[in-house]
Amino acid sequence: MTEETMTLEVTRYRPGHDREPRTESFTVPYRKDWVVLDALNHIKDRIDGTLSYRWSCRMGVCGSCGMMVNGVPKLTCAAFLRDYRPGPIRVGPLANFPVIRDLVIALDDFMEKLRRVKPWIIRAVEKPVADGEYLQTPAQLDAYKQFSMCINCMLCYAACPVYGLEPAFVGPAAIALAYRYNLDSRDEGYRLREPVLSEAVGVWECTFVGECSVVCPKGVDPAAAIQRSKLAGATDWLLSMIMPWGGRR
Amino acid sequence: MPGDDGYQHDLLVIGGGGAGLRAAIAAAEESNRLSIAVLSKVYPMRSHTVSAEGGTAAVMRENDSLDTHAKDTIFGSDFLADQDVVEVFVKEAPGEVIQLEHWGCPWSRDPDGRVSVRPFGGMTVNRTLYAADKTGFHMLHALFQTSLKYEKITRYDEWFATSLLIEDGEVCGVTALNLHDGQMRPIVAKAVIMCTGGAGRIFPFTTNAAIKTGDGMALAYRAGVALKDMEFVQYHPTGLPGTGILITEAARGEGGHLKNKDGYRYLQDYGLGPPTDTPVHRKMELGPRDILSRCHIQEHQKGRTFEGPYGHYVHLDLRHLGEKLIDKNLPFVRELARNYVGIDPVHEPIPVRPVVHYMMGGISTDITGKTSLNGLYAAGEAACVSINGANRLGSNSLTELLVFGARAGRAAARHAQLASDERRRLDQRFLRADGREKIADIREEMQKALESGCGIYRDRATMEGTCQTLRKLRERFAHISLADKDAVFNTELIAALELECTLDVAETVARSALAREESRGSHTRTDFPKRDDAQFLRHSLAYRTPDGPRIEYLPVTITRWPPEERKY
Amino acid sequence: MTVPRVERPGLYYPKLPATWWLWNANYFRFMLRELSSVFIALFLVVFLVQLHRLPQGPGAYAAYLETLRAPGWIIFHVVALAFALYHSVTWFNLTGVVQVVRLGERQVPPRMVVAASFALWAVVSVVLLWFLLRG
Repeated sequence: MTEETMTLEVTRYRPGHDREPRTESFTVPYRKDWVVLDALNHIKDRIDGTLSYRWSCRMGVCGSCGMMVNGVPKLTCAAFLRDYRPGPIRVGPLANFPVIRDLVIALDDFMEKLRRVKPWIIRAVEKPVADGEYLQTPAQLDAYKQFSMCINCMLCYAACPVYGLEPAFVGPAAIALAYRYNLDSRDEGYRLREPVLSEAVGVWECTFVGECSVVCPKGVDPAAAIQRSKLAGATDWLLSMIMPWGGRR
Repeated sequence: MPGDDGYQHDLLVIGGGGAGLRAAIAAAEESNRLSIAVLSKVYPMRSHTVSAEGGTAAVMRENDSLDTHAKDTIFGSDFLADQDVVEVFVKEAPGEVIQLEHWGCPWSRDPDGRVSVRPFGGMTVNRTLYAADKTGFHMLHALFQTSLKYEKITRYDEWFATSLLIEDGEVCGVTALNLHDGQMRPIVAKAVIMCTGGAGRIFPFTTNAAIKTGDGMALAYRAGVALKDMEFVQYHPTGLPGTGILITEAARGEGGHLKNKDGYRYLQDYGLGPPTDTPVHRKMELGPRDILSRCHIQEHQKGRTFEGPYGHYVHLDLRHLGEKLIDKNLPFVRELARNYVGIDPVHEPIPVRPVVHYMMGGISTDITGKTSLNGLYAAGEAACVSINGANRLGSNSLTELLVFGARAGRAAARHAQLASDERRRLDQRFLRADGREKIADIREEMQKALESGCGIYRDRATMEGTCQTLRKLRERFAHISLADKDAVFNTELIAALELECTLDVAETVARSALAREESRGSHTRTDFPKRDDAQFLRHSLAYRTPDGPRIEYLPVTITRWPPEERKY
Repeated sequence: MTVPRVERPGLYYPKLPATWWLWNANYFRFMLRELSSVFIALFLVVFLVQLHRLPQGPGAYAAYLETLRAPGWIIFHVVALAFALYHSVTWFNLTGVVQVVRLGERQVPPRMVVAASFALWAVVSVVLLWFLLRG
């Protein structure tokens, strides 16, 4: 009895040799508990050792293995072959990012934006460690917890047409992270993050397409974070007009 | 990427996980004039710390004491842990977890706002802090995001360190391959800290990510530093069959039960009883990992485990905990079970089996993280200080990253106030035309050999076979052939370098295990079933020779806890 | 105007094609939502012209209304109404995401915020209709 197989159509790109990406077809065994990542590993181990891609934890928490699967941004460690039968499955590098090679994209832009939103606890006065923890009730933790779940997989950037058209847009994950710190009861850095968020390429570049939240594998809902930041920013501005002397956050 | 500093720094940290980032931050806090670099073969937020689930142990409550935490750790280590180091470890732990809280780590909280603690295997008192069941993820992201604050920390993301640079018996940097352009460069530093993690990938089934290939251990080993206690490999009792994905010990801490194919809580047959409805510290499912793993194998030998497509397994039953508690404290466990085995733990028990998880052994260091090589430090799973001895208690490892990452960072910072040949070596070794061996073949044979010889139960004949197989694989490795000869993002070359590291590490594990003729902690021999303090209350030290590892010994430091029989 | 991106040699920079919104149902619905603003704007112009005609006397006003009875204009108004309704429904559906309402320490479920918004819309519409139709 012949073994069941599936075909993967994988994007290849060799810098210095290819002017633009091309597609190559591979046939892999079909196993019902295999994910696309298993298929890629099979290709690399047994068929073509030159295929380059990123992966690590294979359990959906490190964020390395994001790729386009049939045109949709997905973590390949969580995309099961059985959901794509009979195939073929198209596997490509994450959209809207420069491609270094094959399925590997350049992350520099995102890393820079990550740093720019100041994703750390900012306080006027720090409590000494010997005085113990900052008290934070479970409800206060719940207020920001969802937005702290981002694994930096960047599927949201691949889904965002605004980022595809305007690469300077700060983007869903970075804004969601800034929002996470703004909501943390221990943080006092709202003012310092404001300039980055309130720029034209900050929250206001977003037109609420909402696809970022649809593809997010961790339920972070970056679209919500962005719209709420817009509301907060607009409210702030209005209050500052009405009460220029008033104490804001 | 290097800016004004070129490729010269005062301090170079290899590995951007919990220990590496903590070390870099500690060094930056020690002095803001130091130029600090963190070099990692992956972006730091991908480091394996991210997968840790259960929690971080520290003495936080009035009903707890430093001595109790120390005693639990030493007992759990089967008395191979160095007790002076353990005393320092438990003392600095509370401060470190609070510091991390100040840096934004979202620890789970009690209603009054204090950080919560939960029970964990081998601990007498509740002392494990947690962030739901993604503690490692939250810790890593808190550390990484905090590290972005420090302008003096430069990062080399996706650079692979290939060898240590040594001059006049002092480490003065590394040679490293930049994945992005294939260029090899020397990076000079006055002190180097190895925080590259463990090497679970020398085994075929492991909770570990692809990147856990023991690179830093191999680098130190090749430079003449001893790898200590390499034979002690921890099997985590509850991994998913097939993938080996980790189901956290916290599931048992919250009250989960392990049942054999008759639905019986079998641990009570092995001296861990009596079975209670709610968890009792150190009993039943909260026993230490080495004992639980052995119980599973013995159940299997009695024919009382389930059989599946990926071998034998038992059930981890969480149904009685209720959906509300599972969604609050174990949401990730639910997600993993649903995605990877199609089971909803609220309604069905999860299939689990022991899987390789952690290496107690590593680069031999002293209490400050210093190795025998001047200028070289190590911390985290890559190091062996040793606080974990022959068996590690769950939730001590995440604390270890913080305590020893900080200590090594400070020590190295104080020590600091040091490539074209390498590229040619790589080209000659790997990019030759007459190779005939495939990376995947050698890797799989190595993993099989380790699994057969260095599994949960070991004996001389099988271990000798493993050692011979590994020697042969070394010879075959010399004839490896690569399909990918490109410079840009050549992950096949990296895989070959990683395979070379794993072969080195695997040999130290097998040889150390063969030499230790006793059973202690996670090292269990059917031909030497008893612990032998008279001969083996010592650490193994594996030194590299051209014919394989040479094993020497180092006595364990005992301060206030004389070894006793380890019964739970 | 943002600073144009510096492109590094060797990397391939994909360009999003102008037809990006055709290959995904969510993208398509988004563009429809945005397109609704065009029709609403056009309707507003028609309405403003209507207001402008009022003070010009009953003759001019009636003539304008006569023009608006042409089939083309009826179709336009039907289409504009459909777009306005689509826009309103999508808008209210998203209120739950944007506006966080807290009662004490707990968050009101987003579905309730949406339901409340629709309810308010219905009430205001009924009141307005009553005013317009009773005369």
